[in-house]
Amino acid sequence: MSIEAPPGPVDEVVSRAVEAHRGSRGALLPILHAVQEELGHVPPSVVPVLAGRLNLSTAEVHGVVTFYRDFRTTPPGRVTVRVCRAEACRAVGGEALMEHAAASLGVTRGGTTPDGAVTLDEVFCLGNCALGPAVQVGDRLHGRVTPARLDALIGQGR
Amino acid sequence: MKVFVPKDSAAVSVGADEVAELLARAGAQVVRTGSRGMLWLEPLVEVETDAGRVGYGPVAPEDVDGLVAAGMLDGTAPGLGLVEDLPWMRAQQRLTFVRVGVVDPADPADHERHGGLDGLRAALGMDPADVVTAVTDSGLRGRGGAGFPTGVKWKTVADAESELKFVCCNADEGDSGTFADRMLMEGDPFTLLTGMTIAAYAVGASEGYVYVRSEYPDAVAALRTAIVAARGQGWLGESVLGSGFAFDVHVRVGAGAYICGEETSMLESLEGKRGTVRPKPPIPALEGLFGHPTVVNNVLSLASVPTILADGAEAYAALGVGRSRGTQVFQLGGNIARGGVLETAFGISLGELVETFGGGTLSGRPVRAVQVGGPLGAYLPVEQFDLPMDYEAFAASGAMVGHGGIVVFDDTVDMSSMARFAMEFCAEESCGRCTPCRIGAVRGVETIDRIRAGEDREANLVLLEDLCELMTDGSLCAMGGLTPLPVRSAITHFGEDFR
Repeated sequence: MSIEAPPGPVDEVVSRAVEAHRGSRGALLPILHAVQEELGHVPPSVVPVLAGRLNLSTAEVHGVVTFYRDFRTTPPGRVTVRVCRAEACRAVGGEALMEHAAASLGVTRGGTTPDGAVTLDEVFCLGNCALGPAVQVGDRLHGRVTPARLDALIGQGR
Repeated sequence: MKVFVPKDSAAVSVGADEVAELLARAGAQVVRTGSRGMLWLEPLVEVETDAGRVGYGPVAPEDVDGLVAAGMLDGTAPGLGLVEDLPWMRAQQRLTFVRVGVVDPADPADHERHGGLDGLRAALGMDPADVVTAVTDSGLRGRGGAGFPTGVKWKTVADAESELKFVCCNADEGDSGTFADRMLMEGDPFTLLTGMTIAAYAVGASEGYVYVRSEYPDAVAALRTAIVAARGQGWLGESVLGSGFAFDVHVRVGAGAYICGEETSMLESLEGKRGTVRPKPPIPALEGLFGHPTVVNNVLSLASVPTILADGAEAYAALGVGRSRGTQVFQLGGNIARGGVLETAFGISLGELVETFGGGTLSGRPVRAVQVGGPLGAYLPVEQFDLPMDYEAFAASGAMVGHGGIVVFDDTVDMSSMARFAMEFCAEESCGRCTPCRIGAVRGVETIDRIRAGEDREANLVLLEDLCELMTDGSLCAMGGLTPLPVRSAITHFGEDFR
């Protein structure tokens, strides 16, 4: 599987993102979010292009892409499942839920199933601390998630 | 018949969208609101009646048909009774959260009808310096956790000479056990915008940014909708409420870095850089965003300002204890029977919050520990349940009120694993700028692992204490500086878990 998007489209996507945030102060994060929204990840080939457009060094852009957990340099699965590992969810079985998810998907934290369907990720707090364990599937938040419910949610997402 | 169903993401996480859709199909006029904060009752459906709003909850999608058949839509089916009369609601003093769960967060007219603009109108009728004085006199302290007097910060920015000043709202609510910022942004975003506008008017700022964590997509959407509506109403823009004062707000989304909740990291991130901590001084009030004087306040600090201006500093300062004035929005989470948010004056005891409001644990087992103030806050045993919620009383007990989040654990918790997690979290989320935090946290995990494995326990406990002291004294910011708080408090109060 190729992790590099073809150069033509990447260039267009970057141009659109830069154009959309022209006039915004310090717009590198919104631009990276826009690129990732379209491509699903931030391919390494974007970095020098973006650096050129924004008059930044490649190191500066690379530094930002790699600092933030959200920005991926490889494509994620078709659906991303984030299981909360923070204190409030741990108090009601969040760690066991994460272990269950890893075992049933056969991946480690941060990994993607071989068929490219599901990426399993950890997250530290989804702001649903009174209704844990909390899980985010795509952009959608779920509360009081049992192992059986998680399996069902992942099944729907596939 | 009008029914209210929360669109708050916590309510949606347990089925509120499905319930709203079924009610609409049954012929109800559904209004989507924020949540009242009684999250154990979500999805909580409220039906408008002549006597007030009658509540039903938790309502599962499969309950809807039966409830409608029993007369829910005219409020006659048996339910919770009037929502305002529920003990959880009656025991509160809701000022900052007064409209959350009541109004339609996307409707500016609803906001105004519920008094949402009173504070802004009052402020614009005053001299900016008097607005700063009012906030100082109210005793309001930073609700993000540090508790710095808001008025003092504003005065510093107001007195700074600059063509350009900013108001930045820290909505990077990354602490586990805290979700009040999210609920306010989703349930009453205009109040935050109004608070930011008052701050800008007081200090002479023209641009505002709300930095929201990416884990909160619904809050981002609610804020963006509210900003567009506020511009349309003339509440933001070239002349706020026709006063000639110009101010606008932009939303910026974080990218999954806990450290960006630290104010200087947040500023770096807003500038499009890696979110590393800046040494202070210079303080952001003098050299903040892009080097200009900047107010950096938490969501709840800013959202408390409109009520202070509307009802006067004295009314706000009359609530609370000691130097902790006004109300705090407390959040009950973790293993708790009745979790959610509640707002009441400072001074309420920890035990009242956990037992009276929270009803003890969800599991029904005894409470063993509570963590107050997020992942950097102390773990406390039930023996300290008489502690009043007060910045100074908590500090004197080696703990912190922080953002008012309380996470409850039952007697099955292994506190050495929680101490290990505190170090693991710090290692994962450290920005890497200073060594005590970046390296110390990794060494902390290793040392706790050795203690847990029974390797040379006493010597490793001494080593861990030494490491905690170094991290506390030598770190640049609260991440490395306060990670020892949960670790040390776990050892102090639950030492048996380390033996």
